[in-house]
Amino acid sequence: MTDSQAMNQHIDQPLSQNIKADGSVTTLAEYQSNYGYQGLAKALSMSPGEVVDWVKNANLRGRGGAGFSAGLKWSFVPPLEKLPGQRYVICNADEMEPGTFKDRWLMEHDPHQLIEGLAIAAYAVQADTAFIFLRADYDLCAERLQHAINEAKAAGLLGEQLNDAGFSLTMLLHTSAGRYICGEETALINALEGKRAIPRSKPPFPQVSGLFGRPTVVNNAETLCNLPHILYHGIDWFANLGIGDDNGTKIYGVSGRVNNPGCWELPIGTKVADILALAGGMQDGVQLRGFLPGGGSTDFLTVDHLDLAMDYGTIQHAGSRMGTGTMILLDDQTCVVGMVLNLIQFFAQESCGWCTPCRNGLPFIRQILTELEEGRGQHEDLEHLLELCGFIGFGNTFCALAPGAAEPLQSALKYFREDFVAHIEQGCCPHGNSPKVDTGLEKEARFL
Amino acid sequence: MTPIIATDAAATCADWRLQIEPLNEHEETAITAQIHHYPQPQAATIEALKIVQEQQGWVSDGKLKAIAQRLQMSPDEVESVATFYNKIYRQPVGRTVISLCDSVSCWIMGYQGLAQALTQELNIALGETTTDGAITLLPAPCLGACDHAPVAMVGDHRAHKLTPTSLILLARQAREQSS
Repeated sequence: MTDSQAMNQHIDQPLSQNIKADGSVTTLAEYQSNYGYQGLAKALSMSPGEVVDWVKNANLRGRGGAGFSAGLKWSFVPPLEKLPGQRYVICNADEMEPGTFKDRWLMEHDPHQLIEGLAIAAYAVQADTAFIFLRADYDLCAERLQHAINEAKAAGLLGEQLNDAGFSLTMLLHTSAGRYICGEETALINALEGKRAIPRSKPPFPQVSGLFGRPTVVNNAETLCNLPHILYHGIDWFANLGIGDDNGTKIYGVSGRVNNPGCWELPIGTKVADILALAGGMQDGVQLRGFLPGGGSTDFLTVDHLDLAMDYGTIQHAGSRMGTGTMILLDDQTCVVGMVLNLIQFFAQESCGWCTPCRNGLPFIRQILTELEEGRGQHEDLEHLLELCGFIGFGNTFCALAPGAAEPLQSALKYFREDFVAHIEQGCCPHGNSPKVDTGLEKEARFL
Repeated sequence: MTPIIATDAAATCADWRLQIEPLNEHEETAITAQIHHYPQPQAATIEALKIVQEQQGWVSDGKLKAIAQRLQMSPDEVESVATFYNKIYRQPVGRTVISLCDSVSCWIMGYQGLAQALTQELNIALGETTTDGAITLLPAPCLGACDHAPVAMVGDHRAHKLTPTSLILLARQAREQSS
């Protein structure tokens, strides 16, 4: 081990170490002064198979929500000897999960980290073309990523003959035109082919037949950002970063009525309460009631779950999913029926319409929730909603959009049933159909 | 029967080609550059639509047909892509588009008050354009800036922690700058 590596053993926030407080972007020179592109150099000195094993052994789990092992995902790509020819890697940066903003934070501030990670993934699966699939609204990310790709190309870090074995890589930025379903990896592949973003049936899995029918790996942006550090510092270092069963760090986020909404890089497995403490606690006059742990398509947890570790296993055991790790908070001044209606409205609108449970089920649920929210609901509606959650659940749909949409609804009915009942019995929304505290927005609006 | 169908198809083909609004030099160059990124020209459909929209503000029927011809597709195929994506406008929009995030974090933080204030100020509903053609107001799914909620895109600018007053000021500025 070199001295610099020994010193770097103390790095506990690798992904955000270059992020500057003033919001400016890390330049190539700044990035390289802090072991930037040395992880890629190390990977390029190894065989692609060794890189796959390295990442598999590091147990880097997908940070986009599913938590699948990145190395294992790569290992399903057939070896070049068996299936020669073109193959692709794609960075899934179509971050559109409601309440999620972590990939934007990483890409806006340190685009080279993503580029290096994507290049490592490309080398591991022997892809000569890599795409960054960026969501439509991330204009600043697009500008900074394109600039960084150009910088890396000019510096010879991307392009032809990157190692003695002759590995070459072209990296291209594709900016989407906006649809949540593009985040589903096979729908994303269709979108990149210039088609409607509709999920494909699996098998064949993209690793065998993906973009243009060629072997393709799709990894989330945060997942890729981990790779340079795992290659440079090693597997033991990565394993020691995590608190519980999982390895590494996680970008956790908090939004809602807290004093300091934002995101922070913390050891994976940090307690929910500790993350909330960084968010500065609840605003004056509001109490926390529950939270969606990892975006809009995860089940609610409650104040009874604040001591849980935010890792894949613990949150799943509690009946939800860590998802993207960016929490949305429900407070006592916000109507839970209205909040779930808002989420269902999002998923109904963003459904691609390909399969019936999602296309028809979500608008049906939206209708029932609208009537409940407006005080026209009946007690049997609640059982009906639960039944519909089953109809649109896993096994009945083409992809995870509708099953994900069911998660906040079914858990709201479990933990906050009394709120639904109050709407029925009072014949109106007890919250007046909108949040009432905070900035006095509505009062202000009336006087304008 | 076969010849009749073939003749009809040929006639339809001829019709749409007559309705093409040719791509200008910039559009042609930019679309050609995108085509080179992919093994099939059709893969550049979304980029082509965005390139035209950047020039015109929206994608007209004539331009859509020009894209179809350039990418060796039928106009219907291009249309099926154009109508799928939220950010492709198939009708004219105002000089500034305001996209107001209506998803969960912004909803909790005051979206409804913003929508109410801005629709009153502009005297239009969500999805409409002001009569002077200055501003189109659209609801937007989560803009990925929940830490700054409530947010909106005013043109290319992402505006943070909005209040009805600050949003209305931004809308007025946009209107003045575009007139």
